[in-house]
Amino acid sequence: MNLADHLPVLIVLLPLFGGALSLFTGANGWRPWTWALLITGSTFATSLALLEAVRYAPRKTLIYALGSWPGEYGIEYRVDVLNAYVLCVVSLLALVCTVYARRSIEDEIPDDRHHMFYAVWLLAIAGLLGITVTGDTFNIYVLLEISSLTVYCLIAMGKDRDRRALTASLKYLILGSIGATFILLGIGYLLMLTGTLNMADMHAQLMEMRDRGELLHNRTVLIAFAFLMVGLALKMALFPLHQWLPNAYTYAPSAVSALIASTATKVGVYMTFRFVFTLFGGVYDSLHNLDVFIACACAGVLVSGVRAAQQNNAKRVLAYSSVGQLAYIVLGFSLLNHSGVTASVIHIFNHAVTKGGMFMALGCVAYRVGGTEIRHLQGIGRRMPLTMAAFVAGGLGLIGMPLTAGFVSKWYLVQAALDEGFWWVAFVVLLGSLLALIYVWRLVEVIYFKAPDPQYADKDIREAPLTMLVPTWSLIGASIYFGIDASWTAEIADAAARTLLGGFS
Amino acid sequence: MDILGIYNYWVAIVIMMIGFYGVIAKRNLVKQAIALGLFQTGVFLFYITMAVYRDPNGQEGMAPIWSAIGDGTVKHPGPYDNPLPHVLILTAIVVSVSTLAVALAIIVKIKQSYGTVEEDEILAMDAEGDDCR
Repeated sequence: MNLADHLPVLIVLLPLFGGALSLFTGANGWRPWTWALLITGSTFATSLALLEAVRYAPRKTLIYALGSWPGEYGIEYRVDVLNAYVLCVVSLLALVCTVYARRSIEDEIPDDRHHMFYAVWLLAIAGLLGITVTGDTFNIYVLLEISSLTVYCLIAMGKDRDRRALTASLKYLILGSIGATFILLGIGYLLMLTGTLNMADMHAQLMEMRDRGELLHNRTVLIAFAFLMVGLALKMALFPLHQWLPNAYTYAPSAVSALIASTATKVGVYMTFRFVFTLFGGVYDSLHNLDVFIACACAGVLVSGVRAAQQNNAKRVLAYSSVGQLAYIVLGFSLLNHSGVTASVIHIFNHAVTKGGMFMALGCVAYRVGGTEIRHLQGIGRRMPLTMAAFVAGGLGLIGMPLTAGFVSKWYLVQAALDEGFWWVAFVVLLGSLLALIYVWRLVEVIYFKAPDPQYADKDIREAPLTMLVPTWSLIGASIYFGIDASWTAEIADAAARTLLGGFS
Repeated sequence: MDILGIYNYWVAIVIMMIGFYGVIAKRNLVKQAIALGLFQTGVFLFYITMAVYRDPNGQEGMAPIWSAIGDGTVKHPGPYDNPLPHVLILTAIVVSVSTLAVALAIIVKIKQSYGTVEEDEILAMDAEGDDCR
């Protein structure tokens, strides 16, 4: 066997062991960061290799049996075009956020804890990548808890700037654990029914039961589906189960906000794809009625837009906007047609780069000015022009202006809604853009047209350091590039949508 | 349907719901963490109890241990309980312990910086000191 056969497991093992080893790199200085950069860099290279391996054969699936146990008994890692794409998004964002983290973390976290920070950081990335690559339901639960526990710790590390990070982290911990336990319970019901934990095997057994007509009055499947969906909705912060998100994103250290806003909830969406399409796809016609998700998502778009416009902390505005953008993603696949799923898959990438870049821009402000409240942002556009230009370009993406990545996603989404004849869903999407225009404009007005707050007027505020500015602009640049030429994302999303919907169309 | 015959499931569900109630209703953060543990334990019991084998004649399963019988051949003596859920729950218990550990660590830090672990008092402090750094 050569190394290339082991790529599916290496992508998890690299950050997992890298995280543990980073404790030995010494407390401060550049060493823990260099180590983290090395690990995330090679992880990204691995994910690119995986994507290349499956990209040109949409039906191809790489299967890696851990310890050579066949899938019915052991844990199986499966990579198809959808996983490989999500792996790429997560590991790309992890790499860029790691580059960005250095100066930001030096500023926000005491020196003696840097190696621990990067250890937890890499473990979180290992968990997120693991959820994406595994084909075993119980393994999903375990990796979900690895990524969640580490993210709680990362958020709590914001306590040296603002003690509310602690309460935000605990709230996320309690709600997140409830969500994960619901997922565990749902998996338990499925295990009871099928006697297996492997997703593909579970699907095959459920299909057999359906063919024998045993599923018609089987409440176990329905209960399993209900528990799984509530748990997943909590994990991906679908309105009205998003209560943990705004504070968690607001009080986390800047680099952590950028990482979790762009990856954690996306992986939640990916899990939902797997459960709804790969596991339950075609099993039960009525299970595919995701009207509840459509209703929650529409309400989420509108309510989060209104709430975002009322916030006084720019990070909180972005956090509420994340709830709305997540709702677009959920809305897309809940429509259960090809353009809808394509819109969701594309928006996973587009929102990750846009929101990641915007959180990074705010991190630059926090680095120079010391906070992200409205009063910190006043008149900052003239003193940090490049950073704020990135922020505004990202904001246009949130609104969905043409020539930004957000426009491409919304185009597909509106098309999907009209295909189903749900003109009111298309209307909600447009109204959501209008609300985004309001909350982005509110910030733009403060940034460019207000005089600086006297408290900060004579402070020496310059452009952010280059190691922070370059990652910020590379993400925002990607969001613009993929808005102009969406052929790469659209091609992959199209292939992913076809594999997902193949189960029941 | 035999309601009492599945009392083991009732026990699991009742424990789970007591925990769930505690997480939502209790205002003390430590109590919330305890209730969260109880909730997870309920789910673990659910897994354990589903592993039990009981056939219609009332015969119960044994531990899945293969042993040598009279003529020297090694085989299983009879129906046995499913060992898989036990193994899964061993992992899940570790996860639950780590969750509790992280929760308690955060609660200790909350106590240090707020001086209280009562949720309503913390919320009141956050509301008045809107800009505490």
